[in-house]
Amino acid sequence: MIQRSRSTGGHVFYPRVAHPGTGADDLEWVEASGKGTVHAVTVVRKKDPADSYNVVLVDLAEGPRLMSRVDAIAVDEVKIGMAVRARIIDEGHKPLLVFVPA
Amino acid sequence: MSAHYGFPRGRTAIVGAATFGIGRCPGVSAIDMAAKATLLALADAGIALSEVDALYTSAPYEALGGMELAEYLGVTPKVTDCNRTGGSAFEVYVQQAALALEVGLIDCALIAYGSNPASNPPPGVGMTRQSPWEAPYRPLAPISSYALAASRHMHLYGTTREQLAEVAVAARQWAQLNPEAAVREALTVEDVLNARMVSDPLTVRDCCLFNDGAAAVVMVRADRAKDCAKAPVHVLGAAHAVTHREISSMPDLTVTGAAISGPQAFAQAGVGPGDIDVVMLYDAFTITPILFFEDLGFCPKGEGGRFISGGHIAPGGGLALNTNGGGLSCVHPGMYGLFLLVEAVRQLRGEAGERQVRDAQLALAHGNGGVLSSEATVILSRA
Repeated sequence: MIQRSRSTGGHVFYPRVAHPGTGADDLEWVEASGKGTVHAVTVVRKKDPADSYNVVLVDLAEGPRLMSRVDAIAVDEVKIGMAVRARIIDEGHKPLLVFVPA
Repeated sequence: MSAHYGFPRGRTAIVGAATFGIGRCPGVSAIDMAAKATLLALADAGIALSEVDALYTSAPYEALGGMELAEYLGVTPKVTDCNRTGGSAFEVYVQQAALALEVGLIDCALIAYGSNPASNPPPGVGMTRQSPWEAPYRPLAPISSYALAASRHMHLYGTTREQLAEVAVAARQWAQLNPEAAVREALTVEDVLNARMVSDPLTVRDCCLFNDGAAAVVMVRADRAKDCAKAPVHVLGAAHAVTHREISSMPDLTVTGAAISGPQAFAQAGVGPGDIDVVMLYDAFTITPILFFEDLGFCPKGEGGRFISGGHIAPGGGLALNTNGGGLSCVHPGMYGLFLLVEAVRQLRGEAGERQVRDAQLALAHGNGGVLSSEATVILSRA
């Protein structure tokens, strides 16, 4: 789910009480497509390479950009422009939004 | 009153500037360091502490640090600010002090900062919290945010790791000419490339220092400045823009708020990038000067990597950048913005020794705060 302003049609992430920029406070929750594209990527390097992990910014098909991680791929293989789709996993006993290659 | 694009051009001046305790400064507290720098800057100006009637500081560990420094110094300021735009706060203070001086609200502004996280590590809990929308993905704060911006710039414009490394190498070459710089050993592009990777594409040598330092500057109106101990450095322009807090909300990862603050400051000053003799750009990471050169109009968008390459910004190059050695090789105690201003003043006064830029008339100091979130540009003139 993602927020969308009824009057402007603009999608909003992260959730808030009004559409940023316009201040429209007519936000509703709508189904998100789960589709996205990798906009930027970095790999946080650990002493043990097995512990290194990627951090990405993903452009959602709906417009907003968010931080996430691409799973189900070697950390060095994540490229800008790659099509990805959302997956909600359990991490530390909490739901977490990540992406996998589309 | 005469304002020029929202700023009283040339009607205020920096008349005192000092640093203290750069590198390692053990056995004292951060506020002791700010006070030492303050006394040095006031002596530099030939102004008594009792004349200070405005206080601008950004205490490293104390949210109410403005009041704390007023108390410590024993002054009763009419304006006290402890703004939270990170490393850019000090350039913002120049803007705010100039406006308050111009209208006569205040007569003598002190901008001061001290921090010794290397010698006196801060308590575990800082004054900022990680975004709940980013923290689960464990980005290194703030390195990964700058790394993401760098990755985008490399993707769009072909900027290379070698070009990033050149920024660090040039900073080191300047540091070797500055006795005050904390790190002066030789550094090569290869050294930077082969250093430990922290958050791709940034190695530990693409990242600024984390050491101790304090600085202070004193500002008065231009008429009062004539009676000070040294030649005044006039403030021609100062402008500021905030575009976001977290990197995931940056409108465009390759365009910073300097694209707003820069043109406004140049318009206020009535000069352009080609007129600037000394450029002081906040180099938290090697990508930042590349972005700021583009956004401030020194080169077209996307050309920053090529602009700085080939030793262009190193000693003996075409354009003097960060002549103190920068945050990369001189000092970065958490917030670096005030050191940019002090070095600009020293260059414009001709006090920079071996690293002096010949006949420096105009300097630009550009502060950055957060994760490319807050950008503030100040233009200073010798005349």
